[in-house]
Amino acid sequence: MTSLPETTAKKLGLVVDLDICVGCHACAVNCKEWNAAGKSAPLTDYDPYGKKPDGVWFNRIHTFETTDDAGQGQTVHFPRSCLHCEDAPCVTVCPTGASYKRTEDGIVLVNEDICIGCKLCSWACPYGAREYDEHAGVMKKCTLCVDKIYNINLPEESRVPACVSTCPAGARSFGDLGDPESEVSKLVAARGGYDLMPEQGTRPVNKYLPPRPKEHHKGQRGDDGKAPRMLPHSDDSTDGAGLIARWVDKILS
Amino acid sequence: MHPARSVIFFTTASGAGYGMMVWLAVLAALGLLPAELPFGMVAFGLAFVLIVAGLLSSTFHLGHPERAWRALSQWRSSWLSREGVAAIIAFVPLGLFALCWFLLDRQGDVAVAFGILGAETVMFGIVGAAMSLLTMFTTSMIYASLRTIPAWHNGWTVAGYLVLGPMNGAVVLALLTAAFGYVVAAVTMQLAAVVLLVIGLVVKAFYWRHLHTSAPVSTAGTATGLGHLGKVELTASPHDSDNYLLREMGFRIARKHATKLRRIAILLGFVVPILALAGAFLMFGGAMATILSLLAWITCQIGVTTERWLFFAEAKHVVTLYYGEQAV
Repeated sequence: MTSLPETTAKKLGLVVDLDICVGCHACAVNCKEWNAAGKSAPLTDYDPYGKKPDGVWFNRIHTFETTDDAGQGQTVHFPRSCLHCEDAPCVTVCPTGASYKRTEDGIVLVNEDICIGCKLCSWACPYGAREYDEHAGVMKKCTLCVDKIYNINLPEESRVPACVSTCPAGARSFGDLGDPESEVSKLVAARGGYDLMPEQGTRPVNKYLPPRPKEHHKGQRGDDGKAPRMLPHSDDSTDGAGLIARWVDKILS
Repeated sequence: MHPARSVIFFTTASGAGYGMMVWLAVLAALGLLPAELPFGMVAFGLAFVLIVAGLLSSTFHLGHPERAWRALSQWRSSWLSREGVAAIIAFVPLGLFALCWFLLDRQGDVAVAFGILGAETVMFGIVGAAMSLLTMFTTSMIYASLRTIPAWHNGWTVAGYLVLGPMNGAVVLALLTAAFGYVVAAVTMQLAAVVLLVIGLVVKAFYWRHLHTSAPVSTAGTATGLGHLGKVELTASPHDSDNYLLREMGFRIARKHATKLRRIAILLGFVVPILALAGAFLMFGGAMATILSLLAWITCQIGVTTERWLFFAEAKHVVTLYYGEQAV
């Protein structure tokens, strides 16, 4: 059933502290390792040892640079994964009922046995949380390690998502964001945790904690504290385009 | 957005097919639907072939086409599911429309017969036309309901699909009626096609104006929540090579040529067909009118395909904000 539940008993999710994250990609790697053998297995890779390695990942770590009006820069490492939204648009667009949000804990999952691979859910998600598996022909996404967090064969401290247990800096926390007394809820309240793209109306469960204000000491590190020059963002390459597209590009150029 | 060939073919082909059905029903209601078997076989046959081929091709891009029937289950929440249900229900009145025309309205070997058709034919035709329009509406809502793609999330998307399908259908029927020599039906369809081509051009002009004048919905600042720190720019991508998100949602080639492709779409899709069909209309029958109608159909088809390709390729998805875009 792809209609969303009115309420969920719990709102399990993650809190990501952008002040702590060092951009080491360990969360992405351990996510890949756990999930390549878990519920969503195999997490397909294409050309893994070739020139253009590619594949399905549930965690992607971006690095952003901010520059304020005074020219002061700041580097922020930014892990991106499914936010297990309360108003998940990926669920309601699903024509088959394969995409669903659990009433017991709010985790958004894909039933790979009935997914037809139409990809519409990936179009509906603002956060790029869903990645299509070309080999399996179905959509895959973060399961919040549903096969780990309830696994009674694991020691209790290990019953957290792989990205949380592996983070060497402690930038990721896991818990019930629907319970105002939980550790994660208190953390969000204390640090001003926020939603990504609130204007998209998805009401994400996962929250991000902003970087703490930095003190800039001009020239102290042998630089002027200004943001480095950005790499040019080129928009007109035809790399990877199909034959017809490249042919049309050639004619029109 | 990546313009998948199967989806471009699906929306243009089934749009033209449903559009033809709408106009066949209008002709039936006006008593202008030719009763001759060859015309009916070609007109109804082509409309059904376009609809069925379009629907089938839309299943080709699925990862699991054999599970396509499951897509009919979630009509309560999903516009894609509603489209599937509407498309299947539409076959009932459209099939009965064609069957009634075939069985009840045989008027023998009259060379040119503009017979008054049976009331059942007209009734099924009108219900079929309504279901055809409803199906096109559900198709448009699949795109218009996606808030992540502001270029689609507006009323002009719906207007475009609702006008361009019947427009394309009218252009096809203008050719068929002219080719079979039904002068009254032909001039009616030429007039209808010219009117819809003008409306279609206006709708697309407003659509493109909307694309340029509407304020961005999301920015790199809101996507990361770092907007309060100043300008937010990507310095390191999570991966060196492309991934699914960039291939599917980060399609870039068209924007480079958008202006040229728009000119091609406007000229071939609308302007040339308008001039050709207006010329055919003024000639009131004859071989030249048929040739002009053929020219109108060929150019219109190229133009509409270009328009549909642009509709996908020009549309930016907010996920690109995580990959270097500043505002979408």
